[in-house]
Amino acid sequence: MQVRVENVRKEFDTFPALHDVSLDIRSGELIALLGPSGSGKTTLLRLIAGLEQPTIGKIFFGEDDASEKSIRERNVGFVFQHYALFRHMTVADNIGFGLKVRPNASRPPADEIRKRASRLLDLVQLSGLEKRYPAQLSGGQRQRVALARAMAIEPKVLLLDEPFGALDAQVRRELRRWLREIHEATGHTTVFVTHDQEEALELADRVVVMSQGRIEQVGTADEVYDEPNSPFVYGFIGDSSSLPVKIEDDQLWLADRPIGLSAAGAPSGPATLFFRPHDVELLDGCSGCLAGTVAASRRVAGTKRVELEIGGHRERVEIELPVDHPSAQKSRIAFRPRKWKVFPTAGA
Amino acid sequence: MADPVLFAADTDLESASGITESRPARWALMGIAFAFLALFLVLPLVLVFMEASRKGLEYFLQTLTETDTRSAIRLTLTVAAISVPLNLVFGVAAAWAIAKFEFKGKAFLTTLVDLPFSVSPVISGLVYVLLFGAQSTLGPWLKDNGIEILFAVPGIVLATVFVTFPFVARELIPLMEAQGTGDEEAAISLGANGWQTFWYVTLPNIKWGLLYGVLLCNARAMGEFGAVSVVSGHIRGQTNTMPLHVEILYNEYNAAGAFAVASLLAGLALVTLALKSLLELRYGAELAATRGH
Repeated sequence: MQVRVENVRKEFDTFPALHDVSLDIRSGELIALLGPSGSGKTTLLRLIAGLEQPTIGKIFFGEDDASEKSIRERNVGFVFQHYALFRHMTVADNIGFGLKVRPNASRPPADEIRKRASRLLDLVQLSGLEKRYPAQLSGGQRQRVALARAMAIEPKVLLLDEPFGALDAQVRRELRRWLREIHEATGHTTVFVTHDQEEALELADRVVVMSQGRIEQVGTADEVYDEPNSPFVYGFIGDSSSLPVKIEDDQLWLADRPIGLSAAGAPSGPATLFFRPHDVELLDGCSGCLAGTVAASRRVAGTKRVELEIGGHRERVEIELPVDHPSAQKSRIAFRPRKWKVFPTAGA
Repeated sequence: MADPVLFAADTDLESASGITESRPARWALMGIAFAFLALFLVLPLVLVFMEASRKGLEYFLQTLTETDTRSAIRLTLTVAAISVPLNLVFGVAAAWAIAKFEFKGKAFLTTLVDLPFSVSPVISGLVYVLLFGAQSTLGPWLKDNGIEILFAVPGIVLATVFVTFPFVARELIPLMEAQGTGDEEAAISLGANGWQTFWYVTLPNIKWGLLYGVLLCNARAMGEFGAVSVVSGHIRGQTNTMPLHVEILYNEYNAAGAFAVASLLAGLALVTLALKSLLELRYGAELAATRGH
């Protein structure tokens, strides 16, 4: 099922949580809504589900306008961050709930419901736990039951709100792989919300990066990492260093020195240079490059992170060096980013 | 945690734990609490039963089987049987509205639910006299249409409903607020309608709290004196509830009779208390089992 969000705005009281958001979700796609807290990603998910109604704008399921439909009518599977399993029901009853509450005409008989529940339990690899109560399950198991319960109603779209948010790192990684497998096996159009970029980049076909109630960029993991289209995305996805620079004569300038990077076609004026700390080229001395003195250095796994003080400007940037690089405190290092991007300073 | 061997040298292990008072202080505190309870709660209760049996078991039974007493017992049970279910419904509805929805005037409604607790019961009764009495605007109309509210069973029920309204709601609001709306949202997303959501999801989540509230509500409904006294009219055999009957007997210098009826009320209270403790035991276990979920 294809989902289209069209120019949606959502206000709580008068506070806008989403400004004019549009998004196309392709059928069968696994898509991640990624952003810091307060970016509106959960609001967008709840709008797609029908748990909230948009203030302005429309939401289409396929060709149907679903904006006016309630969550009951939209037939979506929603998995809540804190599972929201019914604590007084067994695992099997939880999974069968959506079938049990159907009107007589479309309700399957009781043992068909039971059979379907145990098939779903097989799918989420929890066979044999039908009779357990939620309180008797681990966090990861509860999340699997919640997913099985959402899938039991054969939803058109599967929506997951921070599905792994309350789990520890080990279980998260495991469930991530498992969710990918389930998605490939069932082919549901799936949208999940996360604030964990690693999760989003690894799991999703496309990532929707959100900030302050707006969509910043939509793209594959490669696109949002390699071609960030805004300072926010560059800073939010992966590690980055930034420096305030100036564009003049199609050149980047740090204070009054050119740094050997050309910005052909960019408008003159103040701007910010972004680059990845690990993607730099070290130079011996330079005329027209970046150079700074080592202010701090620390070992991170297989590499060394060095904080450089650039010029006399008290600007600090981070770069990555090989572990055996002979950089010492106060020593001078010259480098040039291999890949970089420059964004004009807003409002200038 | 420090090595326990370090503490072994200390002769008084308990007082060494650092978080409790010294032994004399603890004994003193417990002593005061028990003395207070004995003096103000246990002693009067014992006295009620002693006074009731002063003239012997035969007189006790005779008082309880008197026509007026029997009618008072019947009326009290009737009033409780009407007002408790009503407040069960009102209480759940009010608690559901307050705990699960956001709307304008919610804070006001919450305050309103508490009103019967903060108003003197006598005032609660007087309100109905002002509303339905002969001097009111409604009074003559009611009289013309043959509807009796004041000095009749409907008035007593109304006053009791008013006074006992907060019990169920007060018990449920914090419970439902703590549980949030997640379970309900999940149920609706799975296709349940409002009634199914309430019946299969909300009600099972609140059942112990609800039972507890109903018990308290019932105890008060049976024991209410002030509000009922104002609207009842004290017609023997007709509009006398048990608490009112106790007063009448006592005013007639029939102490043994008054205490006999009083002992019945006290007995009801004790049964309620026992049930409540039982529920607390059960309720506590349930809460502990579902905590952290």
